[in-house]
Amino acid sequence: MDKSKMTERVQRLREMTTSTPVHIDLERAKIETDFYRENEGKYSIPVMRALVLKEYFSKKTLYLGDDELIVGEKGIDPQASPTFPELCCHTVEDMHIMNDRDIVSYKVKPEDIELQAEEIIPYWQGKSMRDKILERMTPEWKESYEAGMFTEFMEQRGPGHTCGGDRIWTHGYAEYKQEIQEALDNLDFLNDMEALDKAEELKAMMIDCDAVMILGQRYHDLAIEKANAETNPIRRKELLQIAENCAVVPAQKPKTYWQALQAYWFTHLAVTSELNPWDAFSPGRLDQHLYPYYEQDVEDGILEDDFALELLECLWVKFYNQPAPVKVGVTLKESGTYTDFANINTGGIRPDGRDGVNDVSYLILDCMDAMQLVQPNSNVQISQKTPQRFLKRACEISRKGWGQPAFYNTDEIVQELLNAGKTLDDARCGGSSGCVETGCWGKEAYILTGYLNIPKIFQLTLYNGFDNVSGKQLGLKTGYAADYKTYEELYDAFKAQLKYFVDMKVRGNNVIEKLYAEEMPAPFLSIVTDDCIKNGRDYNAGGARYNTRYIQGVGIGTITDCLSAIRYHVFDKKDLTMQELIDAMDDNYEGHEDVFRMVHDRSPKYGNDDDYADGIMQDVFKTYRDTVTGRKTVCGGTYHIDMLPTTCHVYFGEVLNATANGRLAHKPVSEGISPEKSADTNGPTAVIKSCAKMDHCSTGGTLLNQKFTPSVVAGEKGLDNMASLIRAYFAMDGHHIQFNVIDKQTLLDAQAHPEDHKDLIVRVAGYSDYFHNLDKALQDEIIERTEQSL
Amino acid sequence: MNVITNIQKYSIHDGDGIRTTVFYKGCPLRCEWCHNPETQRFQAELQFDREKCTGCRRCQAACPSGAISFDEPGAKAKTDPELCQLCGRCVDRCVNEAREIIGEEKPNKELVRELMKDQIFYEQSGGGVTLSGGEVMAQQDFDKVVDLAKRLCRNGIAVNIDTCGYAPYERFRKILPYTDVFLYDVKVMDPETHKRVIGTDNALILENLANLSRDGARIYLRIPTIPGISGTEENMAAVIDFLNSNGIRPAQINLLPYHDTGKGKYAKLGREYPGGECEVPSDDLMEKFVKQFLDAGFQNVVIGG
Repeated sequence: MDKSKMTERVQRLREMTTSTPVHIDLERAKIETDFYRENEGKYSIPVMRALVLKEYFSKKTLYLGDDELIVGEKGIDPQASPTFPELCCHTVEDMHIMNDRDIVSYKVKPEDIELQAEEIIPYWQGKSMRDKILERMTPEWKESYEAGMFTEFMEQRGPGHTCGGDRIWTHGYAEYKQEIQEALDNLDFLNDMEALDKAEELKAMMIDCDAVMILGQRYHDLAIEKANAETNPIRRKELLQIAENCAVVPAQKPKTYWQALQAYWFTHLAVTSELNPWDAFSPGRLDQHLYPYYEQDVEDGILEDDFALELLECLWVKFYNQPAPVKVGVTLKESGTYTDFANINTGGIRPDGRDGVNDVSYLILDCMDAMQLVQPNSNVQISQKTPQRFLKRACEISRKGWGQPAFYNTDEIVQELLNAGKTLDDARCGGSSGCVETGCWGKEAYILTGYLNIPKIFQLTLYNGFDNVSGKQLGLKTGYAADYKTYEELYDAFKAQLKYFVDMKVRGNNVIEKLYAEEMPAPFLSIVTDDCIKNGRDYNAGGARYNTRYIQGVGIGTITDCLSAIRYHVFDKKDLTMQELIDAMDDNYEGHEDVFRMVHDRSPKYGNDDDYADGIMQDVFKTYRDTVTGRKTVCGGTYHIDMLPTTCHVYFGEVLNATANGRLAHKPVSEGISPEKSADTNGPTAVIKSCAKMDHCSTGGTLLNQKFTPSVVAGEKGLDNMASLIRAYFAMDGHHIQFNVIDKQTLLDAQAHPEDHKDLIVRVAGYSDYFHNLDKALQDEIIERTEQSL
Repeated sequence: MNVITNIQKYSIHDGDGIRTTVFYKGCPLRCEWCHNPETQRFQAELQFDREKCTGCRRCQAACPSGAISFDEPGAKAKTDPELCQLCGRCVDRCVNEAREIIGEEKPNKELVRELMKDQIFYEQSGGGVTLSGGEVMAQQDFDKVVDLAKRLCRNGIAVNIDTCGYAPYERFRKILPYTDVFLYDVKVMDPETHKRVIGTDNALILENLANLSRDGARIYLRIPTIPGISGTEENMAAVIDFLNSNGIRPAQINLLPYHDTGKGKYAKLGREYPGGECEVPSDDLMEKFVKQFLDAGFQNVVIGG
């Protein structure tokens, strides 16, 4: 956080949002439940859903805080988290857990628990999507889900993972209404057998346009009211301007930069109030969408950079005001964070393929730097055409060590999108949202369905499909470890197990996709996603131009090292028998130090630019990709893979005993496509080379974390080297990289647990070295020095 | 034969950009402050970290020469260097990673394959390969070093030579055509002090520097700065005089502040640290020396590598 780059107003807003505890807000649930009680059965499902949003926006408590320049909250006030009982109806026990838990807690008022028990639960129990989904899953699915073979995204949250395209910046909802009316007028009720369904969907979209315009009107009225009561002439003027903004947007196209930001925010609120879609919603390439307004305002002499920056900072506060919808159980474990992943992309290319960096891009970087907020999840898009100045400015912020911005490869993303069947024009309008997921913004429903525990699938392959942790036969009976006479036999058995679990996951997904398509449409999200209006079909029912489902693979570093250790010692060198290895694993390597050293330290490991291990990674990757990619979905979409974990690698590790690579029981598995912890001992260039051997272009996104101590990236030279690492990785088609610049606490931990930090590089003096290679006195010295430099 | 101790990737302080540094084993000098004592001797040697040893005796069982002994139950291993054949079996058997053999011969073909792996990083960053040590210019089979530089050069890799300058000029002449930059150490100008703290005379070093400059080499002059020894106003003034009188204009001057990070390594090698008297220079002192060079009209004077 850099106060000098924030006005006093922004400092106050930032302080307010970061110091307010996250709390549960049942107003939405109450309004919705009352409405359902009164109107159940009167309307078609899409119309009913639209009417719920309209009811909410007509009745909800409005918040317009002191200092605010951009207005509108999803809940009653900042840090409020509305619930969505139609998707997940929390039990009283859930409410207590979310209130009491140590991390990611949501404060619940006693009267809310009462309301939940007396009104919400009695209506929604058995009717929520979560209840319907879990009821329809097979016993095998349930056992595997509970054992941590995979997770399920739609069990508590709606499909989403999407991002706004350009049209929301150039269209008011009055214009959208005209388009929807035209689509209604063009329906062929004689020959089109789906016309009746389409009509209901389109009517729902009309109602949703009204819903968001009502919200705008109400904010206009509130701002006027507040202005009339305001004694401070400066604030009064601001409130009148807010009122004027809300008189234009969201009904009409914005006329100014300020109105453009306000217009986006109304759309954001509507998408995230309609349902609780994963990863909220994102303005996508904010800089490019804002630029025409910025340019015009600057030319007209009504906007200066300081104020343009302040407005951006006000938008950042708005994002931070919205914690992720509350999660419980496995879904909390896979995504244990308040962050809702609205991922803003800056830089990249324009739709015509030229460099996309503009003046607003630099303002966004300044905003990121000043605010240092984990929400929104800001990143930069780097193409071959991106100016070095922009890349270095981004590196300068990144090396401050709080993890933003992350870096994405625009050129590779375009290849991913082309590979998945998009046109070149559409591909150039895409980017990454959420964590690293690729999508064609405003034109695609790309929906993550869950994480797959690949190391655990391999573990089952060694135990005839039996899971020692849950004590259940989850997988196929392909044989025990000692039965495999060759590496190929073992690998084929793994392939069979993998297919078995992917089949199980997809079969469950089909049920869920159909349930959402039929019972939980998202007509508002459909308005802003091409071509739902034209097709008269909902976002959740395949109405978008492109429809993609992702399954996210987790733990490729861990499984690669397991296979590598087995191949190297058991089959190639034959200095270890499979039974000796299994015995050591069963004892969590206690009393088996020799075996541990062999598999943990004397086997080729992924992440060292060593073809022996990296070749195995490529095999596993191809097997996984080919097992998933190209499968068809219920609503006419196609499956692809992502390689990212959020926080799921920790959960997947918890449910996994000691593995063949020397990873001890219940320790996290490797995250993203990063190597297993401590396995990469050859420096960052080797990690990047290893990771680049994966065919990123055939995925929908991969995630790579790199750790550095601050001094390694210090100075102009450090900045240049950081930029070069990124350019090199991207030249090799890497998708994404982010930097973790280490603090003192980590160094202390590295000293206490060197085994866990073998890959930590520190600047010593005149040269850099691995931290674990240094003796204690020197480590102490560096720890002290780091403290001084921070 | 030339022995290599380490190939360090993402080396960012041994010349421009992202580099890979090859550390050759063996050095003709014995600087008191040396932070890489494992590269002083030309032969491979066993390194032992007493702190990690648990006295489990696996090494003793593995040793074919009976070189390892234990004074009492639970004591740390002792290795008799006379008996040790450096076969490495004890290293394989040690479960605590307490033992390591430093130094290995590698054919150039293998080295080139390894060094080419990071080509894309060299190209993106303006980096390359640095041949260092120990002392690369003092390697027994010097033709092999020249051959390596030549192969790298042919592959479009910028080669830096990190040297103390103590080698026949003939060798410098041979490697010059394949060298992008010489990272050339100058330590102490007074011959007597040089002899006392480094063990040799400095005439050859200074003569080679003048010759290299005359022959058109690109030079980054590096001055390890130890207060009271090389880090004195007089010594820096003497360096400046020498450069001026020989018309040497280094492309960069790096003042390398002394650090005692090599201390721990001596114990692992079973040796005494000879640099006990050396002290770390203050930032102010370093800045003073930078100013001294700038005032004398030199450009690109930086602290650190």
